[in-house]
Amino acid sequence: MKKIQILGTGCPKCHKLAENTEAAAKALGMEYELVKVTNINEIMKFGVMITPALAVDGQVKVAGKVPSTEEIKKLLA
Amino acid sequence: MADQGKSCSCSGAPKLIFPCSGGSDVGEITDRAARKLTKDGAGKMYCLAGIGGRVSGIMASTESAAAILSIDGCPLDCAKNTLEQAGFKSFEHLRLSDMGIAKGKSPATEERIAAVAAKGAEKLAGQRKGCCG
Repeated sequence: MKKIQILGTGCPKCHKLAENTEAAAKALGMEYELVKVTNINEIMKFGVMITPALAVDGQVKVAGKVPSTEEIKKLLA
Repeated sequence: MADQGKSCSCSGAPKLIFPCSGGSDVGEITDRAARKLTKDGAGKMYCLAGIGGRVSGIMASTESAAAILSIDGCPLDCAKNTLEQAGFKSFEHLRLSDMGIAKGKSPATEERIAAVAAKGAEKLAGQRKGCCG
């Protein structure tokens, strides 16, 4: 099961990233656990300076952007 | 949604500064100039070692930076080469030896640090690449 983390303090872009990521994961039919990391200190532990960001199994795939569902499917695959 | 009004650091991608922070006098100047630039609000000093180590969060944040400035103390260009080998092609570069600040002969004085920071701010002011999609 993949662990998907959405890093962001809860702004509209963070919600959009979570929404697109969930749609991508469902479209791929993968088993996943989606966690929203909203604590800034926890976010900083990833070395991320720009949010929102998407991490998959602990690896940050993208930061400071909200990729489309299609783009996220490639990041999750 | 109740929390739609919350803001976060995605509202403005920062301009990132990567000094070589080398062990020599000029390396110290790059490091302290980068810290001064951060304090002055011209950009944010970031971790060149994170680029070398391909730390995913640091790599992804740098990819989304509004601008990037590398500062090298000498012509070995370690900071510039580190960024390039990590795949970053579009960034400003400042080399202290080009400013007449010679390695081994230039203690890190406040005057030199200020001069490098001023040149760095000038370069950052003129650069902005695409960010936040």
